[in-house]
Amino acid sequence: MGAKYFGAAVRRREDPRFLRGEGRFVDDVVLPGLLHAAFLRSPHAHARIRSIDASRARTLPGVAGVFTHADLARWLKPLPVFGAPPPGLAAAIRFDLRQPPQLALCKDVARHVGEIVAMVVADSRARAEDAAEAIEVEWEPLAAVGDMVPAAEAGAPRIYPEWSSNVAVAFTHGIGDAERALATADVVLEETFRIQRYVGMPLETRGVVAQWDRRDGTLTTWNSTQVSHFVQQGLVTALELPPHKIRVIAPDLGGGFGTKASGYPEDVLVPLAARALNRPVKWIEDRREHMMSAAHARHQTHTIRLGARRDGTIVGLVDRIWLDLGAYNVWGIVLPYNTVAHLIGPYRIRDMKVDVKGVVTNKTPNAPYRGAGRPETVFAMDRAVDCLARRLGMDPATIRRKNYIRADELPWDFGMPYRDGNPLVYDSGDFPAALEAALDAAGYDAFRAEQTALRARGVWRGIGISGYVEGTAIGPFEGVHIKLDLAGRVHVATGAVNSGQGHETAFAQVAADTLGVPLDWVTVIGGDTAAVPFGIGTFASRSGVTAGNSIVDAAGQVRAKLIAAAATLLEAAPADVEIEDGKAFVRGAPSSAVDLGKVVQASIPTFARPGVATPDFEASAYHHVPTVTYASAVHVAQVDVDPGTGYVKLLKYVVAHDCGTVINPMIVEGQVHGGVAQGVGGALFEEMAYDTEGQLLTGTLMDYLMPSATDLPRIDTVHLEYPSPRNPLGMKGLGEGGAISPPAAIANAIDDALAPLGVRVTETPASPARVLALIERARA
Amino acid sequence: MTSRTIRLSVNGTTHTVTVEPRRTLADVLREDLSLTGTHVGCEHGVCGACTVLWDGAPVRSCLLFAIQLDGAALTTVEGLADGEQLHPIQEAFWATHGLQCGFCTPGILLTAKALLDENPSPDEAEIREAIGGNLCRCTGYHFIVEAIATAARKRTSS
Amino acid sequence: MKPAPFAYHDPRTVDETLALLATHGDDAKVLAGGQSLVPMLALRLARPSVVIDVNRVAGLDGVRQNGTALSVGALVRQRALERWAAERVPLLTAALRHVGHAAIRTRGTVAGSIVHADPASELPALLMCLDGAVVARSRRGARTLAAAEFFQGPMTTALAADELVTETRWTLPPAHAGWGFHEMARRHGDFALVGVAAVIALQRGAVAEARVAVFGAAATPVRARDAERALVGRAATEAAIAEAAGLAVAGVETVADIHAPASYRASVARTLTARALTDAVARAKDAA
Repeated sequence: MGAKYFGAAVRRREDPRFLRGEGRFVDDVVLPGLLHAAFLRSPHAHARIRSIDASRARTLPGVAGVFTHADLARWLKPLPVFGAPPPGLAAAIRFDLRQPPQLALCKDVARHVGEIVAMVVADSRARAEDAAEAIEVEWEPLAAVGDMVPAAEAGAPRIYPEWSSNVAVAFTHGIGDAERALATADVVLEETFRIQRYVGMPLETRGVVAQWDRRDGTLTTWNSTQVSHFVQQGLVTALELPPHKIRVIAPDLGGGFGTKASGYPEDVLVPLAARALNRPVKWIEDRREHMMSAAHARHQTHTIRLGARRDGTIVGLVDRIWLDLGAYNVWGIVLPYNTVAHLIGPYRIRDMKVDVKGVVTNKTPNAPYRGAGRPETVFAMDRAVDCLARRLGMDPATIRRKNYIRADELPWDFGMPYRDGNPLVYDSGDFPAALEAALDAAGYDAFRAEQTALRARGVWRGIGISGYVEGTAIGPFEGVHIKLDLAGRVHVATGAVNSGQGHETAFAQVAADTLGVPLDWVTVIGGDTAAVPFGIGTFASRSGVTAGNSIVDAAGQVRAKLIAAAATLLEAAPADVEIEDGKAFVRGAPSSAVDLGKVVQASIPTFARPGVATPDFEASAYHHVPTVTYASAVHVAQVDVDPGTGYVKLLKYVVAHDCGTVINPMIVEGQVHGGVAQGVGGALFEEMAYDTEGQLLTGTLMDYLMPSATDLPRIDTVHLEYPSPRNPLGMKGLGEGGAISPPAAIANAIDDALAPLGVRVTETPASPARVLALIERARA
Repeated sequence: MTSRTIRLSVNGTTHTVTVEPRRTLADVLREDLSLTGTHVGCEHGVCGACTVLWDGAPVRSCLLFAIQLDGAALTTVEGLADGEQLHPIQEAFWATHGLQCGFCTPGILLTAKALLDENPSPDEAEIREAIGGNLCRCTGYHFIVEAIATAARKRTSS
Repeated sequence: MKPAPFAYHDPRTVDETLALLATHGDDAKVLAGGQSLVPMLALRLARPSVVIDVNRVAGLDGVRQNGTALSVGALVRQRALERWAAERVPLLTAALRHVGHAAIRTRGTVAGSIVHADPASELPALLMCLDGAVVARSRRGARTLAAAEFFQGPMTTALAADELVTETRWTLPPAHAGWGFHEMARRHGDFALVGVAAVIALQRGAVAEARVAVFGAAATPVRARDAERALVGRAATEAAIAEAAGLAVAGVETVADIHAPASYRASVARTLTARALTDAVARAKDAA
């Protein structure tokens, strides 16, 4: 395969339409006769529904239908859940796992603020909202389960009375003998770290448009989802239709980040309404709904004990972990196990013990969001390492140099499974090299040299380090279908879904190289279940590897077909035929070149003759990835802390990362920047706050603070490249990495800035109020 | 609620629409005029995705009722390009990867245009402050700032 | 998030507006910049049956300065005052640059922010700092409300349901006075957690005039009179400033919310007062 495009920073093919405002997001989908849906959502964290009276609502102007559970009971089966342990994992670890059923419309009980009680469909969204207000619900408030740590204890009020506790997923696991290692350590650092509830918050909210065609019993639904095939499967169950009668189309997505990779009630309710009313129905989530009903994330507490020898060698760790699942356990073992699998990271540690509890509470359900457990676990680990370093009087860079696994120690077998049930073995990378590259780019030594002088001048500036090793590109596969048209132009359809990562360009680069055609001959579409029968979707930093390799497989098959046809056309042996730049030719005879369109056309039978080959120039591929492949990075953050206000200003941010081979370096850098920005948000600004009664306090974007352009500096990215041995392209996933280390790096930098005071940041966001409280306590 | 018929000039073309008072300018642009380039991200004036230009100045179209704009002259993202020819700011964003999902992009392009019309040579701090009211969740702003700086440089050199 | 239905009026004169207010009073909301009102309508936190759009009312858009008396018509946009004041009253421009973002200030009005009376906003505090007043008219007549009596609580003012603010009046500091402005917000343009505006006039090295207004800390903007009294007549030393700053929220109950507890606001009010006073003294010395 030629490498004309792979590795090139070509500008994106999808950009012109977005620049012109001609993207087609779900709210841009317009159909004749469209009706609009709005939802009545529970204002209570936990309450029984005594009665619902929708009679007045049904009579309001413009209302086409009002649906409660009673109206749709026949169709409302439990929503899909995910995250059962795969066989390899279940064999190694005993999981206590409960995944309570969730219905798309509350039947008797609402278990979080925002859960759907009724659906109204009207001729405008405004009138649907007017009617939703007119629905009368008699509520009986129930005791709400708030704080996850006390909620995990026996005897706490239970959300599910038939359970023995609120623990919906629990397991312990260990490698080596951590308790013995800690018992023999010279120093044991113990601390509790709290990572707040924060979320993906894409700029485009969710949305569903559903069109039912009674003539042939087919449903077409546009859904701002990252997982069209999962949504399709959910609709098969809910609507009791075969898959080929259901087409799910992911249009342009205004961001996803995992928030749109979960299964939701609206995915099913809007199509049910369209079928019941025989009219197309659109629902566009508003921002207030989004805050209370789109998946929440993060929200873990770690009580970690980290042991070391006096020379700084880390000998073992024990971590007790709590995860606030919200009212349902949609994602099973995914988040808790991801957390455990990524706890040790780049450190040479062979003795670890974890005790994990996922707890249900009366809050919006928790789902994977960019990083999916990794940011939380890296925060606990890298904060503990820094606190340990401080205790030992070692520089945080030094303790990492001492303890990072070296390149010559890879492959590194942990002796435990990864989440996919396969052995957790770091395959490639050089963590110390990333550390040195990041420190160098950040000017670490020069900063240390001037830090004391800065402090003497009243400048409280600090620098912090964090690194991660990330299992990326989880399998089992991605679906790709490639076909050619009469002109030899290439249509690539994948199950992957683009939400800003540049699939239309990056995948075209891979296809163009494999086939030997110009880049602009290739059109890539994603997320349409009619175009690819089997697919998974985009999350877990998987699409570059999984779809990319499937594209190589499928395009390779198409190329072989073209060569066979061209060989016949050119009267040469297939081994002597080349394809380059959209032309097939006999090697060494450039004048023999014939446009691929001609090869296709020559294959089509005419009255006079059969074609030179059968005109089958399509192929599908479902590349199986054996397990995840390990990307890694080290981040360095530099901050100024205002000791009078606690305000933290991020001055500099450096990322030195390895994501294997790279299709488009510009796209890669953009992904790193975006991930870092979300990580910074988690470190300093963002929090979905609830009171102790489960009332959501964060109601608008005035409360949920995302970083703006004035809150971020430029982000310096250093690229390292250690190709993956686990797929032919040598790629690793990179979509999430940027979001993993910022909270740890920034908290480490704050501790460093305030080192003379001995401040220790143990929870995020490190808001001005929290930082000032730490400073005032230290000064008291 | 009594509807009213208003005349709006958008990107140089006058439109006549009949609107209920509570319909926002953003919704009327998108639904009645089929100009879906203006995006709605929050409906409470914070995210900036709905930004359009009114007499050349940036405004939140989600915080205006269309009925207020009889006789107004607006620029939306659809008015930036000249037929096939992209506006220099659009070209700069394309060249420097200044967008990912594209949802915030129209609001940012127009805000950038208003900035450069008033301040042709902004420094980085001025650029960041000018787009400080436009949230982007994808890019971390790094390449957006670079795109605007590139557009400014090209403009002053031409 | 679509507003509940409302009847819409767009009067062309003050008299028409007052007639509408007299008729609809409590059921009506005045729509000027809309940057605060429209989100409340969208969230259905406000559900007036009548919205009176005053953007086309004549005669409300002038900025007039006569010596130290400044009159700002009710429809003057925040951005317009920001530009007008850049060379003339830099304190106002410094404060206005923290009000949201350019797009907000293009439509938001000076009077609107003052009438909205969010205790965390800048303009009410500036009005207090500069001994300002609000001119309100109704069919019953006109009255002038001093800033100190205008702000009664969060989002609550002395304005009656049938009254329209037609202008705000400000007393500009003397030319030789120095000013200081510091704000602590989570992000630039957000509502302040705490902010302070200060004006200092010196005479022969001693403080002749001191004005300190604190916003974001309490249920209304606060004129820190104890702090001011602690400075007048004294040399403007670091110690004097520190002592005055310590009195910034003396006797005032500071507020708590999801962003910060009450103790934070009290502590930072004192810190920012010291900084604002330090800047004001430095500028006063430069001006001398």
